[in-house]
Amino acid sequence: EQEYHRDTLLLIFEAEYRRFALKRNGPGGFQEFYHLLQTIHRIPGVDVLLGYADIHGDLLPINNDDNFHKAVSSANPLLRIIITKREDEPVVFATNSLQRRKKGLGLTGLRTTGSSSTHQKNRPGLLIGSPQDFRQISSIIDVDILPETHRRVRLHKHGTHKPLGFYIRDGVSVRVTPQGVEKVPGVFISRLVRGGLAESTGLLGVNDEILEVNGIDVAGKSLDQVTDMMVANSHNLIVTVKPANQRNNVMHRGSKMSAGNTSMRSAGSTGSAPSHDSPSPASQSNPITASNSVAEGDSEDEDEDGDLIIENDSLPPYVSHHVTNGNNSNHNKDSPSRRPDSSTMVRPLPQSVSMPNSVGASLSNSPLAMSNHNGSPTHTASSSQESMREDGNIITL
Amino acid sequence: REIYLNLFFYIANVPFSLVYFCLFQTVEHGFPHQPSALAFDPKLQLMAIGTKSGAIKIYGAPGVEFTGLHKDTTAVTQMHFLPGQGRLLSLLDDNTIHLWELVAGPPREVGGVKREGMVCLQEVCSYSLPGRPGIESCSATRVTVLLLLRSCELLCVGTEGGGVYFLDLPRLSLKDGQTLLQDQVTQSLPEDYRCGKSLGPVESLQEHPQQPGKILIGYSRGLVVLWDLSTRHANHLFLGKQQLESLVWERSGNSFVSSHSDGGYSVWAVASGNPYTHQPVSSSIPYGPFPCKAINKILWRTAQSGSPVLLYSGGMPRASYGDRHCLTIQQDKEHVTLDFTSRVIDFFTVHSVELEKEFDDPSALVVLLEEELVVIDLQTPGWPSLPTPYLAPLHSSAITCSCHVSNVPPKLWERLVNAGKAQQGQQHTWPICGGKNMAPLPKQQELLLTGHEDGTVRFWDASGVALTPIYKLSTASVFHTDCDPSDDPQDPSNDPDAQQEEEWPPFRKVGCFDPYSDDPRLGIQKISLCKYSNKLVVAGTAGQVKLDMDNDERSDHLVDVSVVDLLQDREGFTWKGHDRLEPRLKPAPFPPGFQPLVLVQCLPPASVTAVTLHAEWNLIAFGTSHGFGLFDYHRRNAVCTLHPNDSLAMEGPLSRVKSLKKSLRQSFRRIRKSRVSGKKRVQEANAALAEQEEVAPVQRRIEPRSADDSLSGVVRCLCFADTFLRDGTHHGPTLWAGTNSGSVYAYALEVPGVGLGRVCERSGAGEGSACAEAVLGKEIQLMHRAPVVSICVLDGRGKPLPDPYEASRDLATAPDMTNAHSVLIASEEQLKVFSLPKVSAKTKFKLTAHEGCRVRKVAMVVFSSTAQEDYSEHTLVCLTNLGDMHLFSIPGLRPQVRYDCIRKEDISGIASCVFTKNGQGFYLISPSEYERFSLSAKVLTEPLCSIHLDRPLEPTPASDGPAAQPQANGTHKNQTSQAEGGSGYTHAHTHTHTHTHAHVCFVIFLIFFLPPRLSFLSSPLLFFSSCYFS
Repeated sequence: EQEYHRDTLLLIFEAEYRRFALKRNGPGGFQEFYHLLQTIHRIPGVDVLLGYADIHGDLLPINNDDNFHKAVSSANPLLRIIITKREDEPVVFATNSLQRRKKGLGLTGLRTTGSSSTHQKNRPGLLIGSPQDFRQISSIIDVDILPETHRRVRLHKHGTHKPLGFYIRDGVSVRVTPQGVEKVPGVFISRLVRGGLAESTGLLGVNDEILEVNGIDVAGKSLDQVTDMMVANSHNLIVTVKPANQRNNVMHRGSKMSAGNTSMRSAGSTGSAPSHDSPSPASQSNPITASNSVAEGDSEDEDEDGDLIIENDSLPPYVSHHVTNGNNSNHNKDSPSRRPDSSTMVRPLPQSVSMPNSVGASLSNSPLAMSNHNGSPTHTASSSQESMREDGNIITL
Repeated sequence: REIYLNLFFYIANVPFSLVYFCLFQTVEHGFPHQPSALAFDPKLQLMAIGTKSGAIKIYGAPGVEFTGLHKDTTAVTQMHFLPGQGRLLSLLDDNTIHLWELVAGPPREVGGVKREGMVCLQEVCSYSLPGRPGIESCSATRVTVLLLLRSCELLCVGTEGGGVYFLDLPRLSLKDGQTLLQDQVTQSLPEDYRCGKSLGPVESLQEHPQQPGKILIGYSRGLVVLWDLSTRHANHLFLGKQQLESLVWERSGNSFVSSHSDGGYSVWAVASGNPYTHQPVSSSIPYGPFPCKAINKILWRTAQSGSPVLLYSGGMPRASYGDRHCLTIQQDKEHVTLDFTSRVIDFFTVHSVELEKEFDDPSALVVLLEEELVVIDLQTPGWPSLPTPYLAPLHSSAITCSCHVSNVPPKLWERLVNAGKAQQGQQHTWPICGGKNMAPLPKQQELLLTGHEDGTVRFWDASGVALTPIYKLSTASVFHTDCDPSDDPQDPSNDPDAQQEEEWPPFRKVGCFDPYSDDPRLGIQKISLCKYSNKLVVAGTAGQVKLDMDNDERSDHLVDVSVVDLLQDREGFTWKGHDRLEPRLKPAPFPPGFQPLVLVQCLPPASVTAVTLHAEWNLIAFGTSHGFGLFDYHRRNAVCTLHPNDSLAMEGPLSRVKSLKKSLRQSFRRIRKSRVSGKKRVQEANAALAEQEEVAPVQRRIEPRSADDSLSGVVRCLCFADTFLRDGTHHGPTLWAGTNSGSVYAYALEVPGVGLGRVCERSGAGEGSACAEAVLGKEIQLMHRAPVVSICVLDGRGKPLPDPYEASRDLATAPDMTNAHSVLIASEEQLKVFSLPKVSAKTKFKLTAHEGCRVRKVAMVVFSSTAQEDYSEHTLVCLTNLGDMHLFSIPGLRPQVRYDCIRKEDISGIASCVFTKNGQGFYLISPSEYERFSLSAKVLTEPLCSIHLDRPLEPTPASDGPAAQPQANGTHKNQTSQAEGGSGYTHAHTHTHTHTHAHVCFVIFLIFFLPPRLSFLSSPLLFFSSCYFS
């Protein structure tokens, strides 16, 4: 009976969006429904808060049989249910009234009410997880300086394993000039890959015209050039598009926007003061970039590419070092004994075969690599000092 | 006021730098692509070659070259010199006749150096026959043949409709009322011959050798008419019945020879009296009795020494040898069938033309083939072929790589020239020697090395305008191949065996164009030459790396063979590609020249992708798709083998199984491609276009480069450097390797006897057998993962380190070892300078992110100032996939200037580009031609020549001349005055170039280098003036 199908996964704010069917008279009561949701979302044992969007677009809670039945009866036939982790803000729960929550959550955020700025201060009742748990994958930036018809989207590739997931093509762009309508060649998004980053943000769509790539105008550039520019910037891609669907640029009230659809939410945030749950401009978003990513999210501003540099400070390789560096084990274990002898014996052909092993090991272990990148870890530093000292010895000899 | 004074102070004290950047496409080396017509001026000794793209190239003595380009890219079908006048008539495929003239160009100034105005080729006027009114198809007036009378005042034009038109020269105007239509001829024919049929197109027109004003008109059906132009009356009718192909007079004018479509030729006597001749004196089908192909052209040359020489092309027995491209030389009993590898376009003989001489006495036969020019010495018994000093078929076997060596030491040069002379046999005099090369002698000798698919390395003299072959090194002799190399004599034309065979026809293989490779594994992939120690490293398709040493004596020795396994004992890997080449085990005799010393064979035998040689350290580094190795050739010892990535090395790039098939297929495709006619290609292109329109539009996927790309293990570049890798105080030998996945590995080397003597001390005194060692020091993983194209270590002053031996022999300024070094890493997407020894990014330029183009080739070039002799700057030149050149300052990586150079569609052109150290470069514009370009106004190699003409050499007419020129010299002159100190005039070559759409632009940068203190106050002053000619 409870057949459901997964429609889309929205990764923004680690949210999960599921669509499923159930008989109007099927679920008996609140508790049963609560457990059903936990099974569907595979979050058994997690305390959650339930809310639903009523016909006016307001968020109402589901916490007992009564309002659950009310919610079911209001479904025509779709019922949008918002599930929020209870642990996120336990205090909120104790003090919060339904009334307040109604304004604080999701849908109201869509409306560009003047009060939205006050939400953060006045409303502790917002049931959003702390930003640390989230990983930003996209944002709309520079809304204040761009024309309304354009949208500048930043895609953060790093930290996700998703493909960027879009294709571009050549096309003809129609421009309105004082002389009349002019047709110029342009580059357009031709396809979005299902489940790709581009699609999941909802900020890019098929037939959107690409105007700029990381601040560089693509006018007059060939498709291959634009491709290369995008690939070159793929770790932190900022595309300025002219969306094919211009309706989302204007503020619409609720109508076709779903609570779970973050893209709508983001679009809605244009022009409004940033609220806590809408993607904020890049400058603000940087601090909350992924803790688990390799900290290159803001590389564009700094122009820091974060090339990985592995310094083998063991140069020249001496006894003291090999003990400390575990990576080189299989080669270096015999080295200490062999090195001193090397003066008297002819070495067999393959010398430093194991080096790539060490490379592979360090590459696979990104935290270690990162620490190397940022500065030598203490043990290697000390080993380098030792090697320096030995150098000195040899020279004095 | 203070600021002003400051400014003054700085400009006065900082050396005022003046470096010109420019882009000149100066000269084309090699053999013109798809030649279609040939002409010779016996008076001026000039030869002209027309191509299918509408280009005309005139050649004289080596170094004398002129180029012209028709406005339309239509094939040149015929060309005729106006002897002695420096004028040339050309007939195009679109039925237009053009008159070209050699004119003196205006004096010009390039980079501050004043140059004499030089002779160049210019179109004067053109003409096309009007279609006859009332006749629908224009084919009736389609020109089939041209005849230029000796007086040079009248041009006879034979047409498809059978009419002969007469044009006044040099104005190219039709003589009204003089036209000889076929009807006039038909009337005088006997009834039984006429039989109501047309005579067909005019196939041949020949002027009587003794009586001016009489011409032979040969019609396709076989009728030959001796026509008197003054009386406008047919003197004699020769009623031939066999379809006519060509006619030639005997020198005395008493007889002529006709060749026919059945493969036969006939000799006709011109006896006065009877106006009709029904039968020829003699007639024969040389390669009968079975059906033969037509004899397309026949020449009959009398000789003082004996019987006349008969030369004709074609006539082969259709069934057995119908596919051969042959030319027969016959004199008495001597009979040679020259067997060419490509189609015969046209041929002529060099012979005496003075009327007072009794005999032709041909001295040389010049045959233009589709892919090469062959010259046969007719004076030497046996008719040997002559080596050509220019027009060398670069593509005799497809070029797989090239390498340029500038400033070759005289010692090496001399040895190479001597070795080459020994290869070529005795020297002959070149029969085409018109004009005088005025170009100054090159200041330095330059070598261009090309590696070929058949495993040969050819050494070319690239110092001047004519790219002359010097020496050829074959690597196949080291290996056992399917085809034993002894079957393949080095100069087949000198091979006497071929002539003595009892075979009929007596074939003799001539020419060196041979696109079929015996074994694709022999193909040369990388070349590295150390010009000071005369050592050459050649690496090939099957993982072979061969070190050759120059030796001026013949030597029998065994080559040391080492096998280096790049995937040490790696289990689970099976190589599915080709086997390694099997080396010869017996000592082989090696002729003087480069002789192999050591052969290193990589396992798996994947194609070598990078190679570098450091002769001072006795080290070779080589890389394949599976890793790289370091070899100490002095001790015959592999120092280390390393592969950049475990898993990738296992996979290898793509499927290796296909590699052999693929290369075979490619070589076939190349042959086919070079033979497909222009028309067909257009049709194919149109078909392809139509196909494209039907399918969905082109899409490009946007994805970052992933680490597990199957090609990522490929080693792209290797570089040796003496620099600081360990710490900031001790420098030593290092090896740098860059891969396709954006990784750079730096190894600290310990080379015995190099550096601080650390190794020697540690290993004890007098240890001679110590080996070089390598330890991985640094690893840089570029985040954008783009392939690393080039690595270069810069010294303390930011200049590239000198080549091995340069510093130790005081040939270059010693590198600055006191200040910190840095390393420049050029990937396909970015240029980056990292500090050393602590690797951190200093400066960078994200080329792809900015321009959307990818780096294909990178070179460090020294640009000299034209104003100051001793001033020069190091610049990074970067060729991108869009075919444009970007110049960057180093180490600042500031973009200096950008030029469009190669068409972006010309992928092979971009891939073949090679830079010289002084700002010139070469790239292939066709499989057989290198375009030479120069980015520096100081170093230009271009034709400068003079010619003595019968007529006064007029200066270039103004732009309002009779015909608008593609060269448009008039506009140049105007702009000369505008471009201050610049060059306003350029030789026709610059414009007549068909294969690039590059704007020829002269951009003059005067750059005031301000000290850093000031440069942040104001941006560097930049004066810029430019003019574009397209």
